[in-house]
Amino acid sequence: MNSAPSTSTPRATGGAGAAGTEGVHEYTALGGDWDEIAADAARLGDERVVVNMGPQHPSTHGVLRIVLEIEGETVTEARAGIGFLHTGIEKNMEYRTYTQGVTFCTRMDYVAPLFQEAAYCLAVEKLLGITDDIPERATLIRVLMMELNRVASHLIAIGTGGNELGATTMMTVAFREREEILRIFEAITGLRMNHAYIRPGGVVQDLPPGTPARIREALPRIRNGIGELEKLTLANPIFLGRTKGVGYLPLAGAMALGTAGPILRSAGMPYDLRKAQPYCGYETYDFEVPTHTDADAYGRTVVRFAEARESLKIVEQVLERLEAQDRAGKHPVMVADKKIAWPAQLAVGSDGQGNSLDHIREIMGSSMEALIHHFKLVTEGFRVPAGQVFQQIEHPKGVMGVHLVSDGGTRPYRVHFRDPSFNNLQALGIMCEGATIADVVVAVASIDPVLGGVDR
Amino acid sequence: MTEEDVQAPQIAGDDNEQTVVRSKSVPLDLVDVRSGMFGVHGTGDTSGFGGLVRTVAMPGPTERPYGSYFDEVVDILAEVLGEQGIELEDAVEKVVVFRDELSLFVAREHLVAVARALRDDQDLRFELCLGVSSAHYPNDTGRELHCIYPLNSITHNRSVRLEVTAPDADPHIPTLVEVYPANNWHEREAYDFFGVVFDGHPALTRIEMPDDWVGHPQRKDYPLGGIEVEFKGATIPAPDTRRSYS
Repeated sequence: MNSAPSTSTPRATGGAGAAGTEGVHEYTALGGDWDEIAADAARLGDERVVVNMGPQHPSTHGVLRIVLEIEGETVTEARAGIGFLHTGIEKNMEYRTYTQGVTFCTRMDYVAPLFQEAAYCLAVEKLLGITDDIPERATLIRVLMMELNRVASHLIAIGTGGNELGATTMMTVAFREREEILRIFEAITGLRMNHAYIRPGGVVQDLPPGTPARIREALPRIRNGIGELEKLTLANPIFLGRTKGVGYLPLAGAMALGTAGPILRSAGMPYDLRKAQPYCGYETYDFEVPTHTDADAYGRTVVRFAEARESLKIVEQVLERLEAQDRAGKHPVMVADKKIAWPAQLAVGSDGQGNSLDHIREIMGSSMEALIHHFKLVTEGFRVPAGQVFQQIEHPKGVMGVHLVSDGGTRPYRVHFRDPSFNNLQALGIMCEGATIADVVVAVASIDPVLGGVDR
Repeated sequence: MTEEDVQAPQIAGDDNEQTVVRSKSVPLDLVDVRSGMFGVHGTGDTSGFGGLVRTVAMPGPTERPYGSYFDEVVDILAEVLGEQGIELEDAVEKVVVFRDELSLFVAREHLVAVARALRDDQDLRFELCLGVSSAHYPNDTGRELHCIYPLNSITHNRSVRLEVTAPDADPHIPTLVEVYPANNWHEREAYDFFGVVFDGHPALTRIEMPDDWVGHPQRKDYPLGGIEVEFKGATIPAPDTRRSYS
């Protein structure tokens, strides 16, 4: 703005005019060759070049802005700028009932929605003091959904990571297998994302008949797809060249930056909350916590593949238990306390509205008290005793924490989600500085941030 | 109507004092003083519950034994702090065990020393800090802002939570970035949303909201906003103007 652009340099314009940037040249790169920009910079004598990557860059996993200070191809300083997707979910949840809150928190990390739902519901249940009253079947279904979701999330991490390296096939294979999982989710919850399926007290609906068989039928395909992707990547010389030793974050750094999940496990620490502080009965399942020692992007990919396989192992064990339950008759999926459990099992009627006809017959025809109770529970919600809890679960990206405060009312007083992606993005600088610009893309992909969760 | 409104907190104050007498030295974590019922107030209140006043407070301090590994953690912490010349009673205002979770209310001037002790002592080793989460309690006079720090020990597989309070008038809490670098962004978030100033933070700027935003949106005195929505002829009020039942 202040310094007129030189006529011989069409790509260089004046600085933004903000404090401290007067006289700084601004280059706009819209594709094309970097050589021309580099030549312009050399002609103008700019030694310190700051590059904005994003927020609408295809390889930044959504609306992430990375501010890079570069020297030639080498990154000397990298800072992440976030907040572009902030929608105030936590604040909104303070104005909705506890049950409605699920609809909000499922939209945070949209690649792993069931983990937010599960973590939030476990927190509500802990605050209510009904953790032990959750029906066995509801817990089994939660584990089933979470583990399938973990596979889907890891597939996205690996597939989009590959896509950003230029390996479109990795992306198509990963999305194809994720589609299998989303179809299962759609059959169970009715939606591919934003499920709002796990509710305080249980799950909203039992599995439709034949679901275990349907999942069993899909599992070999998913396993084959993961195998295909593994063969395609893990020994591929180009993939090895791009990821080995890139995005290096050793154990000490990972611990200091609080990056649990695959990043910590790729540095050799077998820390998994499913083993360390089991919830949802994870102590009764047989699975391993895979680790790697390279602490780089390649190690993280290996860990994600292995974790996806372990998750499928858990899915098979859950299916066995669910089938055993199916043989034994009907089991509840919602806590027995009628003051908490929503009264209706939803079913789509001929009018497209969702309510079970038996239930409508009862509340409209025979019991006025049931009608009042239904109305109060749905509009007003249930009360949760005053207090606060912090619930942690193992999210595909690390430790997810839910800080839930109740003031004794029907709405949360405060909910805070400690999203693993938010925390892990802090490691971007230490992973990228000293590497090349191309490695930044790999490092971001290996962190696997989902900006919906980061910004909430 | 106004007279009633003025009176209500006074009654609550009396009520409050009775509760405080039992635990004299520790302040009560007052959340709210509520009057009436069903969310109706003033002349429209025909419920007959208009005179009802209730004090809502967070769970109070727990007496020993705390159970589980909690006693051991507090004992070791007392010992480690003692070596530095800090009395446990000065640093830890109260210990709350609620829903099998250990919470230590730490005086803000001793926060860094406590966190360092919890991280470094070989019998404590809380290596992992899961950031900081805040809450705003406008009725908790002099302690309006609460920050909680969940800590995990991988070595001993334990969890503990630190809670620090600061008044709205002086919203300063020392930073923990030096002890737990992971808290960098989390503290920026708490500053952005609550206006808690973390003294000594390397770059305390907004993180989610735009840099030129006015106000701290997660505070209770910051409105949610929203607009009325018309649907099939009926008007649905904005979420923050709907009737609340608590």
